[in-house]
Amino acid sequence: MSDHAEKNARPPATAAETSVFDSYDARIDALPGSSAVRRMRDRLMSELQDQRLPHRRMEAWHYTDLRTLLKAVPEAFGTGGEAKGVAPLVDGSNVLTVNNGEASVEGAPEGVSVSRFADRLNDESVVEFLAAQGPEDAVSRINGAFVSDGLVVDVAPGTVLDAPLEIQAVHSTGQAHTRFPVTIGKGAKGSIVERQCASGEGAAFTSSITDLTVGDDAEIDWIILQEQGDADTHLARVNLRLGANAKLMLYVVNAGGKLVRQEVRAVVEGEGSDFKLRGINLLGGESHTDVTMVLDHTVPSTTSTEVLRNVVFGKAHGVFQGQIRVAQAAQQTDAQMACNTLLLSDDADFSAKPELEIFADDVQCGHGATVADIDKNHLFYLMSRGIPAARARGMLVYAFLAEVVEELDDERLVPALESVIAEWLRANG
Amino acid sequence: MLEIKNLHARIAEDGTEILRGLNLSIAAGEVAAIMGPNGSGKSTLSYVLAGREDYEVTEGEVWYKGENILELDPAERAAKGLFLAFQYPVEIPGVATMQFLKTALNEQKKARGEAELTTPEFMRQVKQAAGELKINPDMLKRPLNVGFSGGEKKRAEILQMALLAPQLCLLDETDSGLDIDALKIVADGVNALRSPERAMVVITHYQRLLDYIVPDTVHVLYRGQVVQTGDKDLARELERNGYADLIEQHAA
Ligand SMILES: Nc1ncnc2c1ncn2[C@@H]1O[C@H](COP(=O)(O)OP(=O)(O)OP(=O)(O)O)[C@@H](O)[C@H]1O
Ligand SMILES: [Mg+2]
Repeated sequence: MSDHAEKNARPPATAAETSVFDSYDARIDALPGSSAVRRMRDRLMSELQDQRLPHRRMEAWHYTDLRTLLKAVPEAFGTGGEAKGVAPLVDGSNVLTVNNGEASVEGAPEGVSVSRFADRLNDESVVEFLAAQGPEDAVSRINGAFVSDGLVVDVAPGTVLDAPLEIQAVHSTGQAHTRFPVTIGKGAKGSIVERQCASGEGAAFTSSITDLTVGDDAEIDWIILQEQGDADTHLARVNLRLGANAKLMLYVVNAGGKLVRQEVRAVVEGEGSDFKLRGINLLGGESHTDVTMVLDHTVPSTTSTEVLRNVVFGKAHGVFQGQIRVAQAAQQTDAQMACNTLLLSDDADFSAKPELEIFADDVQCGHGATVADIDKNHLFYLMSRGIPAARARGMLVYAFLAEVVEELDDERLVPALESVIAEWLRANG
Repeated sequence: MLEIKNLHARIAEDGTEILRGLNLSIAAGEVAAIMGPNGSGKSTLSYVLAGREDYEVTEGEVWYKGENILELDPAERAAKGLFLAFQYPVEIPGVATMQFLKTALNEQKKARGEAELTTPEFMRQVKQAAGELKINPDMLKRPLNVGFSGGEKKRAEILQMALLAPQLCLLDETDSGLDIDALKIVADGVNALRSPERAMVVITHYQRLLDYIVPDTVHVLYRGQVVQTGDKDLARELERNGYADLIEQHAA
């Protein structure tokens, strides 16, 4: 079938697609932004109407056929009343919040300046920023069309955050779409936590994009803790760039949601810089969670490592796509990717697709993937000491994740994440 | 305390029968040695008693303190006071040794309805037991058994036994891999636990261990059955003559 014929033969819109299109019509007049922004939103929506939701014949969405998986989209926005804020992951953190898609600028520590993304939407310069990056970038289209607010965060050069900065995107039910442009100044250091969480009973449909520019010599751990509700769809993307000698660990923890897509678009473009992606996917029920990374090494002498640890219970399905592209100029690149999965039920499943595209000749790149069940010799050993099966299994699941948990630089985050994992296991294990 | 009657067990996976009508009875306060050629089923017996799933009991009974324990899972048996010191303790990366010890101890106490130990009290007990067994406390900061030498693993098993204070101790070749000094230390550790309420089953190939841990009874296992029972002199006799006579007898 030719492209043209396929277009003509486009199937009728699904219920979810219809809800997305209808909710745009109902919502657009209430959204902030200049008329140029309005035109951009209209363009993104019409592209989406043309293409529909992404499906398995699009390479980037092969394992996450959104058109089939997304059954329904709530048409209302930020319903269910004020979202309940959550306690910060680490006591004493500086907390910034976006509640049901509406940001507050209170709570920034010294060295960090914050403004609302809604205000930025009145600025002409934001228009191109909202554009999608290519035909398969549905997340940017949806977010760009609907985004209502978010926080623009600037960490001044040389700032050392002595407590974690926590950015909370909390919502109740319905739709919420947020954006976080973040600039880390030269030599700044610290841990920043991005919470994505739901407090409502009903289903939510959320999108969130973080644009992270890490300046020269900066050293940042950016932790995304996604804990959406059991019925929620969450579409997320991180666009990031690293300056010279910068170190960034992007640490993604998925511990919720019914249908989750977390994209990472990384450009390692500063010489001597180091990028780490760490992923902990705690998957249960009938959820579907997809982490898709595209990483470019564009300059000489940079390093990256990606380590994903997936724990899959029930009928959950997980996906990791990791594409590393090393440009011809990027000699002495060292890039290593590992994806390890613990499958805890016969119906659980995880698809891993590593991909290396290397155009430079003096590089070291590798990848590996493993899938295993809990080692029954280990389980017997623990139980033979009187530790009941469920507890022993929990200890072994945690053991599988421990190495990655301990990589967090801020020691206060380690026990905090341990308790997130323990709590998740109690509820889902 | 332990009464094994006509026990038959096979490997669950392929159905091979390993224990073929084994009878054994051990009283409280007794130290019983089990000897027998390689592959005769000694470790299998210890695993079946501890409740390992890889083996299927097809016939027979195991009575422990008046209860048939075959329906209990390994953790329930442990909470009732059964302990197996493994012939080959497994290394478990990612599980911190101290955390493991504390969890095991407190889970057993919880199952028995006893009060859990406070952290300082737990630390005190571990320190004391480790000291007596000459275990370097730094070892306990490592993940469970990971990177322990063969002898260190065996000592760590006895440390666990001392902390958990079980009533029926199964020691599967705890002497193998130990140097002469360590053998003495471990034997002292085991002897310290001897008491009228506690029974011990010591699986070994060598008289040397039995010089330190003097058994009340000696049982010879062959092809999944106890084929001979005697006192400590039986072990000496086997040390001198090996199993040749026995094997001949049973081949006939
Ligand atoms: N899980 C298993 N899978 C396959 N074979 C097994 C398994 N467990 C035991 N066996 C076999 O059963 C027999 C008895 O093994 P077991 O380990 O009980 O012997 P043992 O008396 O402890 O020997 P050793 O003195 O060498 O320790 C052996 O032939 C062994 O290979
Ligand atoms: Mg053996």
